[in-house]
Amino acid sequence: MSALRERALAWLYTRPQARAWALLAPGGFWLVAFFLVPLLLMFVYSLMPRGIYGGVEPGFTLEHYARFIDPLYLQVLQRTFAWSIACTVICLFLGYPVAYVIARSSRWRTFLLFLVVLPFWTSFLVRTFAMIFLMRDTGLVNSWLMRLGLTEEPVTMLYTPFAVMIGLVYGFLPFMILPIYASLEKLDSSLLEAAEVLGARPAARFRRITLPLSMPGVVAGSLLVFIPALGSFLTSDLLGGAKQVMIGNLVQNQFSSARNWPFGSAASFIVMALVLAAVMWYLHVKDRPVGLEITK
Amino acid sequence: MTGTHKGTPVVQFVGVSKSFGDVKAVDDVSFDIRRGEFFSILGPSGCGKTTTLRLLAGFEEPDEDGGEVRLLGETVNKKRPYERKIAMVFQNYALFPHLDVTRNVSFGLEQRKTPKSEIEDRVRRALEMVRLKPDVFSKRLPGQLSGGQRQRVALARALVLEPAILLLDEPLGAIDLKLRKEMQLELKSLNQQLGTTFVYVTHDQEEALTMSDRIAVMDNGRVAQLGTPAEIYENPRTASVARFIGESNFFNGQAGRRTGGRWVVAQPDGGSFEVPDHPGITDACQVQIAVRPEWMDVQKPDSIPPGENALMGTVRDIIYLGETMHVIVTVPGTGDVTVALRNEGQLIKPLLWKRGDTAAVAWLPEDCQILEAE
Repeated sequence: MSALRERALAWLYTRPQARAWALLAPGGFWLVAFFLVPLLLMFVYSLMPRGIYGGVEPGFTLEHYARFIDPLYLQVLQRTFAWSIACTVICLFLGYPVAYVIARSSRWRTFLLFLVVLPFWTSFLVRTFAMIFLMRDTGLVNSWLMRLGLTEEPVTMLYTPFAVMIGLVYGFLPFMILPIYASLEKLDSSLLEAAEVLGARPAARFRRITLPLSMPGVVAGSLLVFIPALGSFLTSDLLGGAKQVMIGNLVQNQFSSARNWPFGSAASFIVMALVLAAVMWYLHVKDRPVGLEITK
Repeated sequence: MTGTHKGTPVVQFVGVSKSFGDVKAVDDVSFDIRRGEFFSILGPSGCGKTTTLRLLAGFEEPDEDGGEVRLLGETVNKKRPYERKIAMVFQNYALFPHLDVTRNVSFGLEQRKTPKSEIEDRVRRALEMVRLKPDVFSKRLPGQLSGGQRQRVALARALVLEPAILLLDEPLGAIDLKLRKEMQLELKSLNQQLGTTFVYVTHDQEEALTMSDRIAVMDNGRVAQLGTPAEIYENPRTASVARFIGESNFFNGQAGRRTGGRWVVAQPDGGSFEVPDHPGITDACQVQIAVRPEWMDVQKPDSIPPGENALMGTVRDIIYLGETMHVIVTVPGTGDVTVALRNEGQLIKPLLWKRGDTAAVAWLPEDCQILEAE
């Protein structure tokens, strides 16, 4: 047995390519079996007529894709994009300073990073429910507002776009902070010193050195926030109620209560195509230099 | 520049101290740097040389009542680097990786609001000054350059500002020996040609000796000695300076008789040697001297030239170094003494010595460097 093992190892040892395949195989199999195959299945479903009790019937149709071009759905799509973009921008403006401070700190760095990832220790569902308690009419925020005499009536927060945005930003902020932190942490402080001797004041050092060199982190963070935000449904479901539907809710609904799998699949593929287009546009735009231009 | 201006030192350190917590990195340091001088700050790592340079650049502030740093006659203790008329070349070059060569070099000019029409021309001239062809290199990113080329860009980026003072923090540490020698000569000639004051920090004694007009040798946060390369090499003030600059053999003893302008120094184990008169030597005081290996000779015990100091020992090893040969002689009570002999062609004129021979190390009393206690 061990002789066989020896021989297998010796064989692998002389063949770097075979070794690479051997290392790729388990994870690769997982992705193919549980991601690629279902994805293909969904694509096939999206092109087949709807079955009466869910599922599909044999045949070919484009009706599900055609059905999506309806003001009702397009409005949901538009709202989803607008909110995801807003969420990304807010996360960027909130997250960059946090990442900057963490990257600059020495003694507190580990502790601050720990705080950033701490929310992941509890389920997202539980945390979202907690926000309901915070924001509902009889919730903590309103009871304080009324106790302080700032308002007579409770301010309606729950089931508004505001509540959804609070929830989205809260949920995705760590995904913005961590990549920006990683790129700022790598920034060589002697570059900033060099800029300072060359006459750059703090604002110029940030604009011309820190910001451009942290762009990879900004790009990664933005993608890590924007893409999951587009697909999110839990936040809008719990904090937005029935009125603030996002595309994720639509898809989820088609697969569950509406039992329209082909339409749900078609909607998913439309969103996927749009995400791909948006990301490619973003990656194209971000290559336009930021802060590198010579002052004219 | 007017004559009166020429007299003022460009840089003055007046009793400057800088502590980090309990550690005194720079301890009551004073020196002047003259206009146009190539001034080196030399010392082992942790001696305070980099902190001294950073105080000069403005990255560090002297302690409260920690003396004064003056640039061009003006006290600059509280001034930020961008308010000082200096430029600096960093140890790791610190080129901006996202900017091409032109934009790296023009960075300082842009920050100082130089008219755009002027920038292009000055960048080109700066690149030519450091012998980088602008047409070839101007659009390259730092990542596409070799170490030596990066070094030149860093130099151009500093020189383009036409600073009164150029600070260099071990700029040649990361490039290979041959290129380093070449850059040493180039830096020296730029210093002479531009009239810019160069302040050069290094731990490489040979580099400091090659390039400097004057050297400040630092040790433990203090200036151990300040002088021309020859003064420091030929007359080190303390054992640590002698040890750091070049190689030295050390001898100890007690001053005894004084005859004809010379002291006879008795070693603990019975040997003795003579040293020239020196104000630091008094009757029966402890004397430590250093003698450079190339000022010594190896002699047969029975043929020691009259008037020379000689200590008996055994040849322990012979090291062939090309230009020179090192004969290491173990002298009882002193230890290993290294004698450097000029190589006059081993194939034609082989060395007379071999391991185990009894031999004397001999040197002239005038070649003794009398060291102060530290």
